[in-house]
Amino acid sequence: MRLCVTILAAFTALFTLTPAWAQEPPLPISEVAPGVFVHEGRIALMSSDNDGAIANVGFIVGEQAVAVIDTGGSVREGKRLRAAIHARTDKPIRYVINTHGHPDHIFGNAAFVAEGTEFVGHKRLPQALAARGPFYLDAFRRSMGGELMDDVRIVPPTMLVDGSLALDLGARTIIVKAWPVAHSDSDVTVFDSTSKTLFTGDLVFLRHIPVVDGSIKTWLSILDDLAALPAARAVPGHGPVSVWPESLEAQRRYLNALASDIRRDLSEGRPIGVAAEHAAARERGQWELFDDYNARNATAAYSQFEWE
Amino acid sequence: MPGILLRNASIAILLGLLAGPLTAAEKDDPWPGLVQDIFDNRPMDDGGSFIALEMPARAEDAAIVPVTLRIKPASDPSRRVMAITLVIDENPAPMAAKFTLGADAHVSEISTRVRVNNYTNVHAVAEASDGKLYMVKTYVKASGGCSAPAAKNVEEAKARLGQIRYRQFTKPEDGANGGTRDAQVMIGHPNNSGLQMDQLTQLYIPAFYVDRLQLWQGDSAILSMEGGISISEDPNVRFTYVANGAKTLRLEAKDTDGHVFKKEWKTDGNTM
Repeated sequence: MRLCVTILAAFTALFTLTPAWAQEPPLPISEVAPGVFVHEGRIALMSSDNDGAIANVGFIVGEQAVAVIDTGGSVREGKRLRAAIHARTDKPIRYVINTHGHPDHIFGNAAFVAEGTEFVGHKRLPQALAARGPFYLDAFRRSMGGELMDDVRIVPPTMLVDGSLALDLGARTIIVKAWPVAHSDSDVTVFDSTSKTLFTGDLVFLRHIPVVDGSIKTWLSILDDLAALPAARAVPGHGPVSVWPESLEAQRRYLNALASDIRRDLSEGRPIGVAAEHAAARERGQWELFDDYNARNATAAYSQFEWE
Repeated sequence: MPGILLRNASIAILLGLLAGPLTAAEKDDPWPGLVQDIFDNRPMDDGGSFIALEMPARAEDAAIVPVTLRIKPASDPSRRVMAITLVIDENPAPMAAKFTLGADAHVSEISTRVRVNNYTNVHAVAEASDGKLYMVKTYVKASGGCSAPAAKNVEEAKARLGQIRYRQFTKPEDGANGGTRDAQVMIGHPNNSGLQMDQLTQLYIPAFYVDRLQLWQGDSAILSMEGGISISEDPNVRFTYVANGAKTLRLEAKDTDGHVFKKEWKTDGNTM
């Protein structure tokens, strides 16, 4: 224990001596419930102009410790989140939970690497990061630029979630739950029972068109299980904090529209490229970034449904 | 692209005084090297009157990018398209596939799906019966966002290994006794690239992919595909050909581990 304290002190000293991260201005945050803080990401694609700060990130403060939920789309954003946490509390960051392995949620991880901080993720997250991490590091140089990307490291989880895991922050327990392949292959939700706040990760999108990078079929099938979680409010992966479970309905409508269009295209023999151009077209006006993701969602759905 | 610009910037600094500034195209274009490696530096003519290559301008999903090759009717029967090689220049394994067309099948269209890792030129090179090469190309932007040329669902892919599907899109009245047919075959296979590291062992997962797929009507070849790791998971080929009256369509494929996948269907779409 004394060793831990010494190491912790050494780390604290290190950070004090190299104050680059500390100089980053704190990320704007709002307290959506007592002890629950959220920065709402901009609805946009990751770019050098927005520091990759497009996903919702947040933290929960207990009596003894802090849990961070997602670290943002760059180390700069991660450092700004860290600065926002330090401005609110002196309690140590014991857990950093990655809701899944996409760049806008994990590229800030390096800002939180410290003795005594556990990285928590889905049991499949290590595999997902191994398969995709090097590709992401390379591919995002184009949109994010070398200055932001040079700092980014793929930091795999040190605690894996299979089923669900309770984390004690001191008089406050949060539940991390692993889901089957849905938005991605490594989605977890974080539920704070004290405030009845549910961090959904990208299992829920609002305003930002949902993105299918896992299984649309399973995603649709777990919506009722998600809705049954006893939350009062949800922090979606993208979009405003909102009342639960009503916030699920727009996404349910979109995924159902996409699924039924793709199934019809398949039964009528339309090729995948044609399906990608037309599926769910009636949803276009309902979502931001529709043209950036809809064809991709259609492609993913088609390549899954054609095996039914 | 900042990455390339950056590389070019440093190259320009290194070579600047000697060679003057280089453009991205001059320095980074892998095509001349690919012409040497894949085509033995053989000259190529414009292929626009032989074939067309269709891909979306952007790879919406990096793991599944549709590509269609159209083979135009030969104006001169002595210049039939015998094979088409598809090259995705900037991929880790640029040679995506080589399609060899059956002499009597009159294949007019082939569609498959490929992985696209980066902003890239894509070339299709036809080898004609006059012994010459004819090339067309297009440009594809890489996918944005969190898309990656990797499996979305490893367990589902494993469960599908070896499943084979066939679909006949032509209505019976269109082609019951010959005529043009539109059909599709697909093989459940992860088509692993071999570029991913196993997190536990820190060893690269060996490449594991379908490297040969052949289709016949009766005993007459329709087409064959030699594939590589740029072909998407669950290799899928949709093709248009002229039926010769044979009652069966036959698929035979194999992968790099020596698995053989075989299936035969009645050409009305029923499994034999």
